[in-house]
Amino acid sequence: MSMKTKAILLGTVALMSVLTSEEASAQIGTPYIHDPSTIMECEGKYYTFGTGGGGLISEDGWEWHGGGVRPGGGAAPDAIKIGDRYLIAYSSTGGGLGGGHAGKVLTMWNKTLDPNSPDFAYTEPIEVAHSLDDEDCDAIDAGLLLDPTDGRLWCSYGTYFGFIRLVELDPKTGKRVEGNEAIDIAIDCEATTLAYRDGWYYLLGTHGTCCDGPNSTYNIVVGRSRKVTGPYIDNVGRDMLEGGGKMVIAASDRKTGPGHFGRFIVEDGVEKMSYHYEADFDQGGRSVLAIRPLVWKNGWPVAGEAFKEGTYEIESERRGYALELAVDFVRMQGSMHRFWEKDDKPLVPLKSQTLDDVIGTWPQGDINVRIGDYMFRPHQKWTITAVSNAGGYLGGHYYKIVIEGTNRALAATTDAEVVTVPAFTGAPEQLWRIDQLTDGTYRIMPKEVPGTDKELVLVSTGDSTPSLGKFDMNSDNSKWNFRDH
Amino acid sequence: MYNSQKHIMTMNIIHRKTGLAMCLAALLALPAFAQNPPAGDFPPPRQAYKIQTPTYLADYFTEATPGVVSPDENGFIRRWLLLEPIDKPNRSNTVFTDSYLRQTFDTLYFKNQFSILPKDGDKVKVGKQKLAWHALDSKLYNVKLYRLAAGLKKQVYGVLFWAVTVIDCPEDMENVRFSAGSNSASMWWLNGEEVLLLSGDRRMVVDDGLSRRLTLKKGRNILRGAIINGPGMSDFCVRFMDENGMPVTNITISYQ
Repeated sequence: MSMKTKAILLGTVALMSVLTSEEASAQIGTPYIHDPSTIMECEGKYYTFGTGGGGLISEDGWEWHGGGVRPGGGAAPDAIKIGDRYLIAYSSTGGGLGGGHAGKVLTMWNKTLDPNSPDFAYTEPIEVAHSLDDEDCDAIDAGLLLDPTDGRLWCSYGTYFGFIRLVELDPKTGKRVEGNEAIDIAIDCEATTLAYRDGWYYLLGTHGTCCDGPNSTYNIVVGRSRKVTGPYIDNVGRDMLEGGGKMVIAASDRKTGPGHFGRFIVEDGVEKMSYHYEADFDQGGRSVLAIRPLVWKNGWPVAGEAFKEGTYEIESERRGYALELAVDFVRMQGSMHRFWEKDDKPLVPLKSQTLDDVIGTWPQGDINVRIGDYMFRPHQKWTITAVSNAGGYLGGHYYKIVIEGTNRALAATTDAEVVTVPAFTGAPEQLWRIDQLTDGTYRIMPKEVPGTDKELVLVSTGDSTPSLGKFDMNSDNSKWNFRDH
Repeated sequence: MYNSQKHIMTMNIIHRKTGLAMCLAALLALPAFAQNPPAGDFPPPRQAYKIQTPTYLADYFTEATPGVVSPDENGFIRRWLLLEPIDKPNRSNTVFTDSYLRQTFDTLYFKNQFSILPKDGDKVKVGKQKLAWHALDSKLYNVKLYRLAAGLKKQVYGVLFWAVTVIDCPEDMENVRFSAGSNSASMWWLNGEEVLLLSGDRRMVVDDGLSRRLTLKKGRNILRGAIINGPGMSDFCVRFMDENGMPVTNITISYQ
């Protein structure tokens, strides 16, 4: 169901609201938006535009506020950077499910997205596609793809009313390629966009009920094709022209109605997906911007995990060993049984080793870290907690990582190694960025490494030795898992 | 000369499960551990069963030449001065905590232990033991200490080995890491500075533990290691890795 007009109203109300719960939020600040365009980075800031005009700006990718300027109103824009310019596509709506369907897709350029820049000026909008009032298409909800294999520019558009269509645009002008005929590529979608990866073209669209707040069933689905023109087939072989689509993300964590997918590639192996939730229950049920890791599983995009605070084993992907304090291993007392002898004594559960059992054996000052066999012992359990007012990054908080039950914190050192300090102070070398990677493992990265501007991540230099090093998606040394057990 | 030293040791082959049961039974017979038991609380080492499988030193080592050699193509350092095993009774390798190892490796067993660069055949006195240094090239990427001891008809369990080698660098090499795997625990020093401790009941794994970034200085660098083992196999493998994680091969190794 398409009810963009309602969405515009929701968005306006949302902009007047305030943050209620930082940890539970998709993003912090005033991230109220519907149909966020693919996030663009421009001169060190992040931008996204939404239905009804305007948009959000963020300094760090975590805290978002209004201030983006996108004229033309209408519905569900998208953005793409081509060369040194930004191309914005948006649409004037035909009026939703019960209204007319005479939509128009328009494009316009800007050299910058910073409204305070002297270079900030949109070009005159150009119509690149339209739909007549009662044909099997509603020409709104544009999505853009610059094909990395040949540099051709494509635009998908449409809603539940009829077909999703694909047209080709000129990447130099943003105009429709002369003589290009629209191709039907899907039905039952809204807010589509395209992506390319490893020889596959992906068509991502939103299914379900739009604009119904906490009751909205909006969800994002995907099909894929070897050609940009389709057919886009889902995981069970259904064509998206037959309504097919594999789920990318649905409601979860007190947030309903994910919709309007956008892909942001941070670097090789680190990707994010932007979208909105129709209703974030912890932000008054408002429609909010959300950013999650984008994971690729067996050639399909799936929403990664929004990292949850908790106590974890930090497991190296290299060997499967656990990050731990370099302290004496304290053996459990007794409880050895002759397993080859029959024993009819009642079973008595063993007590787990506790922090009190061992902390007296630990040094008071800095303690090195190493990687070892996971034995669910106190020196291997890390409590990871978001740190307020420490800024963030695209889609996440900074976290402190301490030994459970203590304030002993993991920290980067001036010689680009890692250590634990007796007490967390909030220093930037004790703040950690956590990104789920495209293969589902995680990257753990200090906010700062003292004495260098280099961006380094937690690595396994050996099976048993952690350090800091350059991130390499092709090496398991750069990857970690968080195990809750 | 080692080709002629084909010592035969014997070992009774017993059923694996029975052996395991015997080991556990023996362990259970010990008094309950109070935290981590000091090694001194253990009875003398249980020597290996009479070994039937012959160990020929020549299968594992060749006599080192006086000159220099390069690391192998994967950077492993194969030329070492190895001291015959010091008697260090430990019934189990689980006692090898950091604290135990630091205390053990800080103990002086022989004169100039932390600075000596012995000659092939030199002898040191450790308690009642008179032990010789052997300049050897390992035929393998790793150095099989168990086979060294067995080949020399020395004890193979409850042992502490010392190893020394000299690394020559054509120029200062910064941001390299020392890499080691050992069975069981070990500690390593480069030019007198501790660079790595591998603790616990540990099997030898290539690139198990790496030092922090360090500099191999131009000219001679003395690398020294101590490897401790209770029962079971004992060996080590050592190399240096450059800042890109690749083995360092443009160095030479000697024992003089």
